[in-house]
This record gives sequence, C-alpha cells and structure tokens, in this order.
Amino acid sequence: MNKQALYDYILGVTDNSLILGQRLGELCGHGPSLETDIAITNIALDLLGQCRSYYQYAAKLKGGDTTEDSIAMLRTEREYVNVLLVEQPNEHFGYVIARQFLFDVFHLLQMQELQKSKDETLASIAAKNIKETLYHTRFSSDWIKRLGDGTEVSHAKIQEAINDLWPYTKELFEVTESDQEMIDAGIGVDVSKLKDAYYKQVAEVLEEATLKVPEGKYFHKGGKQGIHTEHMGPLLAELQYMQRTYPNMNW
Amino acid sequence: MVKDKPKIAPHLQPILESVPDPEIPVLTILDLGMIREATEVDGEVYVKLSPTYSGCPATDVIGDDIRTAFKKHNMTAHVEFVISPPWTTKWITEDGKRKMREYGIAPPLSESADKQALLEGKKVVPCTLCRSTNTHMVSQFGSTPCKALFKCDDCLEPFDYFKCLI
Repeated sequence: MNKQALYDYILGVTDNSLILGQRLGELCGHGPSLETDIAITNIALDLLGQCRSYYQYAAKLKGGDTTEDSIAMLRTEREYVNVLLVEQPNEHFGYVIARQFLFDVFHLLQMQELQKSKDETLASIAAKNIKETLYHTRFSSDWIKRLGDGTEVSHAKIQEAINDLWPYTKELFEVTESDQEMIDAGIGVDVSKLKDAYYKQVAEVLEEATLKVPEGKYFHKGGKQGIHTEHMGPLLAELQYMQRTYPNMNW
Repeated sequence: MVKDKPKIAPHLQPILESVPDPEIPVLTILDLGMIREATEVDGEVYVKLSPTYSGCPATDVIGDDIRTAFKKHNMTAHVEFVISPPWTTKWITEDGKRKMREYGIAPPLSESADKQALLEGKKVVPCTLCRSTNTHMVSQFGSTPCKALFKCDDCLEPFDYFKCLI
C-alpha cells in the first residue's frame, strides 16, 4: 500500500477539523452569549481532539522526526489541504453558524462512511467522531432554524451568510488523486457520492428555517490543492505563533 | 457484549480506585468505566484507557495520575489510550451514577430519554436537588465536554446533566 497516499488522505480529512477548530477557538470568551460561547469552544475542543488521533496516526506513517505537533503546527500554507469553507472568517454569528452547519452535515456523512474503512485505525477514529459530530450537527441545525425563523434581522443575517458561504460547498465533494487511490483501496470515502444526500439534508433544514437555498452556479475550489483564500495566512500566523517563536515548546 | 467487559487484575483494582476523575473528583476512573484492561507482569503494569470525549483535556491528566498512583506502590504503569470500541456512558457503573447524583450532576438517562431531553425539550431530567422533572435545558453544552446545563423550574436549582453517549 502507498503510505504517502494514505498520509495525504488523512491530512485531507483532518485539516478541515484543525482549521475549523482554530476559527472557532477565536471566539473563546467572545461568543455572543455565555451558552453559545461555551458551545462553540466545546465544538472547537472536540474538533482539535479528533485531529490529534488522526495526526498521531499520520506521524506514525511518516516516521522520522514527524510528530502530531509538527504536522499540525509547522507546515507552510500551501501544505494545508483543508477546504476553503472552514477557513472563512467569523464575520458575525450568522457566518459562524452557517459555516458550522454547512461543514457539519458533510462531516457527519463523511464519518458515517469512513467508519466502514478497511483501515482499522481510521474506522475506529471515525466511529468515535460520529457521536460528537452528530451533536455538533444538531447544534448548528437548531441555530439555523432559530435564526432563520427568528426576527427579520436574524433571518436576513443568516441568509446573507448562507448565500456568501454557499460557493464554498461544492469543493467538499471533489476527489483528489490520493483520495482516488484510497477509495480504490477500500480505505477512503468517495466524497463525490455524498453530494446528493448532502444537498438534500441541507435543503430540508434551510426550508424548515424559512430560508432560501441559494441558486448560484459559481463555486470556489483550490483548498484541497493547497491554494487558499486570503484568510488562511492570518489564521496560520496565530495557530503557529507559539511553535514558530519558541520551537519545540511543550506544555 | 463480551468486549464491553473490562479485564482488570483484582490486586490492581484498589489502586485504580484511588484515581479520581480530575473534573468530577467524586468519581473514580473505574466508576466512569474508562479502564478497559489492567494487567501486571513483574511490577510493570499495563493499562488500557478509553478516553471519554476526543478533546477532553482531562485525558492526559488521568494518564499521569495513573502512573503516579502505581509509582507509590513501586510499580511502573504503561498507559495506552484505546479508542475502539469507543467509550460510552453505558460503562458508567451504578455506583458511579449514584455518586454523580449526590455531587449535583444528573447522570445520563437512557438513549431515548436523553434524546427527548436534549432535542425535544421534554421534561424528563430529574433535578439533582428536589428530584422534580419539571426542568428545562439551558444549554446543550456545559462546563466540560460531557455535560449540558439544566435548570429546575420548581426549586430553581441550576445543575449539570451528564450527556448520554452511546
């Protein structure tokens, strides 16, 4: 089996959680209310915890000096392969919820498939993640409904966020070369097959929330090839600050 | 299920019982069902520990606490984290649930009751102070990854509910 392809595949799955976790972490102590602040940081913590299991596995595959920390903290921007959706800035609470919802629905579908992987480690990480991801999906779906079916202002703001983030959804279903290799080996998830279920589930929640499903036909991509939006640099600067300033620092 | 039953050497049991959960100190890691295996070979103890929530910062502390506890008995503990099968609230012992309740945390309900409480807003979680089920959820997430916040509408006591994880 091609170890490099498996390594790349793992990063493709995990970088999403790392970068989204970092984005959510920015809100620690800055949430709009105590309850949402706690919720968002809890979700961030779950996502970072999930990353650790994957990166530890990836580090083992890579061998040498590679550690979970070096994978998470010491790559350059072009080496991160997360989708563009998760790096989008917090803007306002509507964006935080819309981004979370659009990712959670995908993440859950992906984990449900990944738990069937022939790779035992990936399958068991996915099985553990499902429970947490399900809870995140409930949280973000609930908020989509509350904001959409709330006041005129909350409705307008969440619709604005959904519209703005919509062009980043299609990239979730793009299959890269290493993905394809892992799909053929029975290890990876063929995300292109999740597309219909995803848009159906998303539309159901949006409809219940009295929101419109955007109709735009233009979609962004590039994250999976390491070509990121202008928001990625500042995010990494904060994420990597400590390890870059004090190399090899430990808790 | 057979694989759900932990394998713990009887003489190691009391030492493991002395290790509390750092976040909920009335509970030991045995009460929580986190120890899946503990065996000893010539003073070397091998412990398999099942983490509760992926990102729970208490997990690393628990690993250290186990090593410290065995060191006091001149044994070296090797702690390995195992995530398969994933930890579930079903592994919390009855005694653990009782201690939790007395401490002021409502223990996890059955899967269906949990769903009713967290998703459908049904009044099923009993208040830890007055036992009334006239309670409501304040927040899906609480002070630690494993808990949600509730409030009693009769005695007005705010309390934690330990979420069900199947």
